[in-house]
Amino acid sequence: MLRTEGVYMRFGGLTAVADLNVEIDKGEIVGLIGPNGAGKTTAFNTVTGVYRPSEGTVRFKGRDITGKKPHEITKRGIARTFQNIRLFKDMSVLENVLVACHLRLGAGVAACTLHLPGYLKKEREARAFAEGLLDSVGLRSLADEPATSLPYGKQRRLEIVRALATKPELLLLDEPAAGMNPQESLELMEFIHRIRDEYDLTILLIEHHMQVVMGVCSRMYVLDYGVTIAHGGPEQIQKDPKVIEAYLGVD
Amino acid sequence: MKIPNKAKTALALAAGAALIAVADASLGPFAVRILNLSAIYVILALSLNLLNGFTGLFSLGHAGFMAVGAYVSALLTMSPAQKDMNFFLTPIVPWLREVQLPFLAALLVAGLCAALVGLLIGAPALRLRDDYLAIATLGFAEIIRVLITNAQPLTNGAQGLKAIPKYSTTWVVWGAAAAAAAFLVLLLRSSYGRTIKAVRDDEIAAEAMGVNVFRVKVTSFVISSFWAGVGGALLGHMITTIDPKMFTLMLTFNILLIVVLGGNGSITGSILGAIIVTVLMEALRFLDMPMNLLFIRTQGLPGLRMVIFSLILMIVVLYRQKGLMGTNEFSWDALSSLARRLGRKGGK
Repeated sequence: MLRTEGVYMRFGGLTAVADLNVEIDKGEIVGLIGPNGAGKTTAFNTVTGVYRPSEGTVRFKGRDITGKKPHEITKRGIARTFQNIRLFKDMSVLENVLVACHLRLGAGVAACTLHLPGYLKKEREARAFAEGLLDSVGLRSLADEPATSLPYGKQRRLEIVRALATKPELLLLDEPAAGMNPQESLELMEFIHRIRDEYDLTILLIEHHMQVVMGVCSRMYVLDYGVTIAHGGPEQIQKDPKVIEAYLGVD
Repeated sequence: MKIPNKAKTALALAAGAALIAVADASLGPFAVRILNLSAIYVILALSLNLLNGFTGLFSLGHAGFMAVGAYVSALLTMSPAQKDMNFFLTPIVPWLREVQLPFLAALLVAGLCAALVGLLIGAPALRLRDDYLAIATLGFAEIIRVLITNAQPLTNGAQGLKAIPKYSTTWVVWGAAAAAAAFLVLLLRSSYGRTIKAVRDDEIAAEAMGVNVFRVKVTSFVISSFWAGVGGALLGHMITTIDPKMFTLMLTFNILLIVVLGGNGSITGSILGAIIVTVLMEALRFLDMPMNLLFIRTQGLPGLRMVIFSLILMIVVLYRQKGLMGTNEFSWDALSSLARRLGRKGGK
């Protein structure tokens, strides 16, 4: 599904990500973990086109997507959420999701402004689709509320729903459990499993909550100072001396 | 009795049209001119608000696009004889001398030319953000003005154009204002309009949701330029003389004032703001005249009304940054809830 081949990301003299080789198969939930500043979000940004990698290639479904613009990559089927929630703050919950639907709407500025019949039909379908999505995550009753008025946990959920509205095949979640209490984290784990099955997704997630990562991911990559120091299943990672050293510090 | 909101809106629009008809028939030429000037400012404010309020692009280039529209429409509607009269220093280029289009066609071409210039300027300038974009657009507007001043055989340079046909009647300008408002309402309520607002709220998130941010910005800039061109053209056909010195930053600033006072990001705010500011500009003219206040007699103080405007702007910036309407739009439900609230307060 997704494969990065020797991806390097350098900012001046700093190498934020070095020789990243991630491979994810269809339907997997894979974790990307590591201490603060290990380069996890940078790795995400190279995949989603926010940064152009200094070296290496990113392949999605076998096709080279290195250096493509973020919106082109989203169009190809990779959607993401953000570490610090980035909702459209002056818009309602439903509108936030509808913005993401525009990509698949296939109506240009003229068709939209003139409200041509073809556009109106697609707009109705998009609305029904967005409402269905909100319904499936229990946000339907809040559809007309301003997005930023939602409690934190629900904003996170809305961000994921908004990403789903682009109809992705691969979903990248950047710290979905950040700031959540244990109860909410548990619910989130279930939620991630559920959307994977329901929408036939492949998921790559960055996470600090060990409980979440171990509970939800089948495999994980561990980054430290931009270098991949370990890779494998949860048990294997928990025992890996390098990982323990990176997280706890060992003399 | 409950009247559906759509019927209320239709009634209000009809009442507005009737009011304009009555005003057009009964008011003197000076008052009608102010009425029509309001309509032109409505168009200009709406087009600037699309950029500043809805797309989140701080542009100061409006006067430039207005100049393009005003010159194109003026040159296309004047007869060859009128052009000869204007171009007495340097003769006009022959191909332009012969062209003469009907007014509506010329107006459309004027808008399209302004839009084209908007595209040429927007494509490089929109790679910049915030203040940098403001400076760049300001610079481009000045470049347009300097080009017009120096392209003597095309534009008659600093002498400007006189005796432009007076086509901007009440119905034309208010019709154009209604068209501009309807266009923006339809655009902004559509799916494309949502992507425009998404770009304003968060560019990075919009890009990640598959919105081609740069393209949306350029589209918005081009549409805004189109309406600025139409507004400029109508202004030319109303005052009947134009020259490059009209289209300076001051003109852009006046429109910006309307957008800010009316509410950045509100269509109804821009419409109300344009009418209020234009009428006040004239209504406050007595301040510039000699005044007889009980104890003090003032000589004429030209410019005092601009002081008042500056004060109003400062008060708005200090106490109500959102302007008259904020980002809200007029709606019947909001009006009735406001009436209810006022009624309750009065009853207590």
